[in-house]
Amino acid sequence: MSTLTEAPPPLTPAAPEKKPPRTRGRWTPYWLLLPGILWLLVFFAAPMVYQASTSVQTGSLEEGYKVTWHFVTYWEAVSEYWPQFLRSVAYAASATVLCLLLGYPLAYLIAFRAGRWRNLIMTLVIAPFFTSFLIRTLAWKTILADGGPVVGVLNTLHVLDVTGWLGWTSGDRVLATPLAVVCGLTYNFLPFMILPLYTSLERIDGRLHEAAGDLYAKPSTVFRKVTFPLSMPGVVSGTLLTFIPATGDYVNASLLGSADTGMIGNVIQSQFLRVLDYPTAAALSFVLMAAILVMVTFYIRKSGTEDLV
Amino acid sequence: MEQYEPDRLSPAQVAAMRRSFTHGRAALTRRSLLRASAGGALAVGGLGTLSACGIPPAGKTEGGVSSEDRSKEEKEVSFSNWTEYMDIDESGRRHPTLEAFTRRSGIKVKYTEDINDNSEFFGKIQPQLSAGQETGRDIIVLTDWLAARLIRLGWVQKLDPAHLPHAFANLSPQFRDPDWDPGRAYSYPWQGISTVIAYNKKALDGVEVKTVSDLLDNPKLKGRVGFLTEMRDTVGMVLLDMGKDPARFTDDDYDAAIARLQKGVDRGQIRRFTGNDYTADISKGDFAACLAWAGDVVQLKADNPDVDFVIPDSGYITSSDNMLVPNKARHKTNAERLMDYYYEPGPAAQLAAYINFVCPVDGVKDELAKIDEDAANNPLIIPDKAMQALSRAFRSLSAKEETAYEEKFAKLTGA
Repeated sequence: MSTLTEAPPPLTPAAPEKKPPRTRGRWTPYWLLLPGILWLLVFFAAPMVYQASTSVQTGSLEEGYKVTWHFVTYWEAVSEYWPQFLRSVAYAASATVLCLLLGYPLAYLIAFRAGRWRNLIMTLVIAPFFTSFLIRTLAWKTILADGGPVVGVLNTLHVLDVTGWLGWTSGDRVLATPLAVVCGLTYNFLPFMILPLYTSLERIDGRLHEAAGDLYAKPSTVFRKVTFPLSMPGVVSGTLLTFIPATGDYVNASLLGSADTGMIGNVIQSQFLRVLDYPTAAALSFVLMAAILVMVTFYIRKSGTEDLV
Repeated sequence: MEQYEPDRLSPAQVAAMRRSFTHGRAALTRRSLLRASAGGALAVGGLGTLSACGIPPAGKTEGGVSSEDRSKEEKEVSFSNWTEYMDIDESGRRHPTLEAFTRRSGIKVKYTEDINDNSEFFGKIQPQLSAGQETGRDIIVLTDWLAARLIRLGWVQKLDPAHLPHAFANLSPQFRDPDWDPGRAYSYPWQGISTVIAYNKKALDGVEVKTVSDLLDNPKLKGRVGFLTEMRDTVGMVLLDMGKDPARFTDDDYDAAIARLQKGVDRGQIRRFTGNDYTADISKGDFAACLAWAGDVVQLKADNPDVDFVIPDSGYITSSDNMLVPNKARHKTNAERLMDYYYEPGPAAQLAAYINFVCPVDGVKDELAKIDEDAANNPLIIPDKAMQALSRAFRSLSAKEETAYEEKFAKLTGA
C-alpha cells in the first residue's frame, strides 16, 4: 500500500524521463475504496449527521422540528432513563460472560478435538442463523413455558428458589424475568462468540502444546500459560461482538421480559415509534453509542491485545 | 506573521526545508490532505448541516391534497393492508373477493400486506407524507387513533360520497360517528376490533374472571395476567372498570388508570404487556387471563377448547381499522369503488367468514349464515343488541395529549 501511494522520494525535482513507471496504478486503491466510502457516507455518515441533528431539535409533528440546539434533551434523557442503561449493560455483560463460558469449551473442542466432525459441528453452530431472529427468540417462550419440562426440573431441584432469592426470577417461572432475557441474549449471540474464538484457537500450533508438555507443564498449566494467552484476540473480539449488539437489543426484552426488564433499546424504540419524541430517541441513541465506545476502548486497553482475530 | 526571506537562508537550508515540506512530517500527502479536508469539512459544514436537517411542519390542507386522479386511464388500485386480513382460497394464493371485484369492475388490485404495526407503518410513510410526496398507495388501513392523526395532519383525502352508496347505506350504526371523523368523511372501517377478556380454563383452575378488577386484584392470578401494549385498549378497559367513560375522561382519570395498572406491575400481578404475541401465552396457559382482541379469540377458541372469552359488565372497547386514501394517491375513484364493494353484503359476508373480526356492515347476517352458520351467530363477529350496547370507543386525543399519554404508558410498560 505505502509503496503504491508514496513513491520513493527523489531529493531533487524529478526529470520527466525519471518518472516512476507506476503512476497509472497510483489511484487504483482509491478507486477500489470508492464503493466502500460511498456506502459509508450514504448509510452511515449521513444518517449519523441526521440523527445528531434530530437530537438537538425541538418541535412536534404538527409544527415541524427545528434545530434549536436544545442540548438539555441529553441531560433529560439520561436522568430519566439511566436505570434502563444500567440494566442493558448488566444484561449484556451477563450474557457475554455466559457466552464465553459456554462458547470457549465448544470452540476448543471444535478446534482441537473434533477431528472429522469439525465441519458438522461448525454447521450446527451456524445453523440457527438460517431461521429468523424473531422465531428463534419466540422458540424460547415454548422452551421456558411455565408448565414446561425445563421449569419443572428447575423447580424440583429448587434452582428457582435460589434465582428468585437473587432477584433473577420471580415465583415459579422463568419467562418474563431477567433470567429469561439473559438466556435469550446468550442464545442469540452465542455464535458471534464461538466463531472468533474458533478462528484464533485453530491457528495455535499444536506443537506448542507438545513443547509445553516437554517442559513438564501440566495440562491445566498449558492452558493457562499457552492456549489461553494465544487465544486472547478471539476472546476480545468475541466479547465485543457479543456485548455491543446485546446492549442495544430490544427483541429479547420485549418478548421474554416483563415491565421490569425494559432495556435501553426498548426505550429508544418506544420513544421513536410510539411517543414520537424523535429528539429524545436520537439523544438516547447517541448516549448509548458513546457509552459503548468508552467501555469498549477501556476494555481493549485493559486486555492488552492489538489484534482482533 | 514573519516575512519569508529566502535570501537569508543558505541553499542547503532551503533544500532541507523543501524536503521536509514535501516528504517529511509536514509533507502534504494525499492522506493528510484528505484527513485535513475531512476534518475541516466536518467542523465547518457540520454545524451547518445539523441546522439544515429538520422535519418540515405537516402540510395542513383542508380536504387533503389530491394529485391528478388517473382512475379512468389506469384501471388499477394499490391496496396496503395488514397481514392475514383478507380471504384466501384453498391454494393459499388467491383472494376470491378481490378477484371478483376485478372481474366485475375491470380494476386490477395490487394487494400488499405491508402493515404489521400502526406505529411502525406511520414511521414508514411519515417522511413521504410530511414532504407532500405520494406513497404509491391508494388505500391504507389504519387503526382509529392513527387514522385520526392522519386526518388531523391533513395527510388523507376527503372521500366522494357519490362513489360510496353501499358504504353509506350499510355502515353499522356503532361505527358511524367517531369523534375523529364524524359522518365518515375521510374513512370507512375495514373491520371492527373488540377488546375483550380472554382466559384459559385449564390455567384458571376454577378461579372466576369476569372483570378487569379480577385481572388486577385477584391474588390467585399473580404473575399470570397480561395486558396489551396498545395504550387505548389497555387504559380504556381499566377506565371502564373504574366506572369512567373512555369517550369522556380527564387527565386525572387517565392518571388514576395508569396508577392502578402501575400497582399491578409493582406487585407482580401483571406478567407483561404484549402485542399480538399474547396468543401464544394464553394458548399455552402462561397467561391464565388477559386482554385480547376478539378476532384472535375466535381463532384461538377453534384451535384450543380451553380458551374462552368474557365481556365485562362495565363494557368493552371497540375500535376499528379504517380504509383511507392518502394524499397524492393516483387512483382515488378506483379506491372508493373498492371500498364500496366491501360494503355489499355478499363480499362482506365472504370476508367476515374468513377473518372473524367484527363486521362493520349491516345486513350481513343472512349472507353469512349461508356460508357459516356458527360465524353468523357469533356475537364477536356480528354483534347482537346486547353486545352493541356494551361497546365503547376511546375518545380521540389532541397531539399534546397523545404524546403525554403515550409517554406515561410507555413508562408503565417498562420502555
